[in-house]
Amino acid sequence: MDALWEGLKEAVRLIVSGDAQLREIALRTIFVSGTATLLAMGSGVPAGYALARGRFPGRTVLLGFVNTGMGVPPVVAGLIVWLMLVRSGPFGDLELIYTKQAMIIAQYLISLPLVLGFTAAAVQALPPELPDLLRVLGAGPLRRLWLLSREAQLGILAAIMAGFGSVISEVGASMAVGGNISGDTRVLTTAIVLSTSRGENANAMALGIILLAMAFAVNLVLTVVQQRRRRR
Amino acid sequence: MHRLRIPGAIFALALLTMGLLVACGDDDDDEATASPSSVATTAAAAATTAAVSPTPAKIGGEMILATTTSTQDSGLLDVLVPLFKEQTGVDIKVIAVGTGAALEMGAKGDADGVLVHSPSSEKPYVDRGELVGGKIVMHNDFVLVGPPSDPARVKETKTLKDALTAIAATGPFISRGDNSGTHTKELAIWKAAGIELTAVAGREESGQGMGATLNIADQKKAYTLTDRATYLSLKKNLQLEIVSSGDVSLLNIYSVYVVNPEKFPKVKKEQAQAWVDFLVSPATQQVIAGFKKADYGESLFFPDAGKTLDQVGR
Repeated sequence: MDALWEGLKEAVRLIVSGDAQLREIALRTIFVSGTATLLAMGSGVPAGYALARGRFPGRTVLLGFVNTGMGVPPVVAGLIVWLMLVRSGPFGDLELIYTKQAMIIAQYLISLPLVLGFTAAAVQALPPELPDLLRVLGAGPLRRLWLLSREAQLGILAAIMAGFGSVISEVGASMAVGGNISGDTRVLTTAIVLSTSRGENANAMALGIILLAMAFAVNLVLTVVQQRRRRR
Repeated sequence: MHRLRIPGAIFALALLTMGLLVACGDDDDDEATASPSSVATTAAAAATTAAVSPTPAKIGGEMILATTTSTQDSGLLDVLVPLFKEQTGVDIKVIAVGTGAALEMGAKGDADGVLVHSPSSEKPYVDRGELVGGKIVMHNDFVLVGPPSDPARVKETKTLKDALTAIAATGPFISRGDNSGTHTKELAIWKAAGIELTAVAGREESGQGMGATLNIADQKKAYTLTDRATYLSLKKNLQLEIVSSGDVSLLNIYSVYVVNPEKFPKVKKEQAQAWVDFLVSPATQQVIAGFKKADYGESLFFPDAGKTLDQVGR
C-alpha cells in the first residue's frame, strides 16, 4: 500500500517540479504513439471503409484476418518487427532497430487492425440502403465516401481511440524494437518496467499515473468530439 | 456549413497533434544531448569525471551494447555510458537482456559489443570466433537468499554443497530459467553439488529478470540465487536475507567483448574497441570500484582489469 500512496505523491511531485527527464519521456511517448495512431488512422480508416463496402473475393477471409490482428499480442508484433529490422534480418541495412522509427512501425502494426476492424464494423452498421440513396440523390463516389464516413463517425472515433489506447499502453513491442534506451527510445511503459525491476516502486507508480493521465486527456478530447456529434 | 464542423474538429485535432509531435521531436533531440541520464546519475557522473584523465580521441558515432540486466538494473551503466560519451563522443545503445540473449545477439552480429557474466557460456562464442578481444572487467559474487525464517536452516550450513542440499530437501526455490548468467550459474552449482534439478523440492522457473525473480521469491518465501549487486539495490523492498555466500564457485565475473568485425562487416569496430578500452582503463576501474559504495557501505562491483579468470577474487 505504501508504494501506491508514495507513487501518488511522487507523481504529483514530478509533475509539479517539471522534471526534465519525465517531460522528455512523456513527450516521446505521445510522439511515438501519436504518430503510429495517425498513420494507422490515415490508412486504416479508408481500408476499413473499403473492407466494409467492397465486394471482392476473399473479403470475408480478409476481415477474419483483421479481426484476428486485433488480438495479436504486442510482444509478438514486436518480435516480428525486431526480426525484420535487426542487423542480421532482411531490413538490417536500414539501421532502424532501436530507434523511435522502429517503435512507430511496430505500434502502427499493432493499432492498424484495431482501426481497420472497428471502422469496418462502424461502416457496416450504417443502413444498407444509404449508399444507394445517396447515389440516387446524385452524390459522386468521393462525396458518398465523405458522407458515409461522417455518418459512421461515432464508430470511427471509437476505432481511433482503441488504436491509440492499444499502443500507448503496450510495452512488449516498444521494449523489443526500441530497447528502452535512456534519452532515445525510453517511453513511459518501458520506463515503468525498468523502475519496477530496480525496485523503485513509487517512481514506477508515478509514471503509471502520468501515463493514465495522458491517455485520459487524449481520450477526453476524442470523446468530447464524439459525443458532440451524437447530440447533434 | 454547420455539418462540417465535426470533421473540422478532427482535422484541427490532427493538426494540433502533429504540431505537438514536431515540437516534441525537436525538443527530444535537445534533451537527448543535454541530459542523457537521470539527474542523480548525471551528478554522480559529473562528480567522477574530475578523476578521469581525458585522453581518448573523440571518435563519435554510435554502437549497440548487448548486456545483462544486472549492469542496467544496478544503475552502473547509467554512470559509465555518459562518461564514455563524454570522453569519446560515442552514443551507446544499451540493450539489457539476459547473458544468453546478449551472446546470441553478438553471435549474429546484431550488436557491436557484449558485456556479460558467464565465462562458461562465453567460451563457445569465443572459440567460434564470434566474439573477440575479450577483457575481464570486474566481479562481484552470487549469493543464496531466502526468507528470514530460513525453514531449511541454510544459515547453519558451512559449505555451499550443504546449503544446496538443505534447500533441495525443503524448498521452495525460484530459478530464473531464462538462460541468463545467473541461471547458468544456478544450474552449474546444483550439478557440482550432485543434486538433480528434479530432486529440488518446489523448484520453479520464473522466466524473468533478477528484480522480478527476487520479488517472486520474497512473496513466496522461497530461496533463490542472485547477484549481490541486484540484491543490494532491491534490498529495501525485500524480506529476503543472505543465507549462504562466499564459496569460490559463486564468483560472478563480468567480461566485455567486441563482436568480430571480420565476420560481421557492419560491426562498429572502432567504437566497440573504444568501449572495451574505456572499461579496463584505470580511471574507469576506479569509478566501478566506487560505484554506490557510499550507499551500501560495500562495493557492488570489484574491478579486475588485467587479471585472468583464475586470479579473479583471490
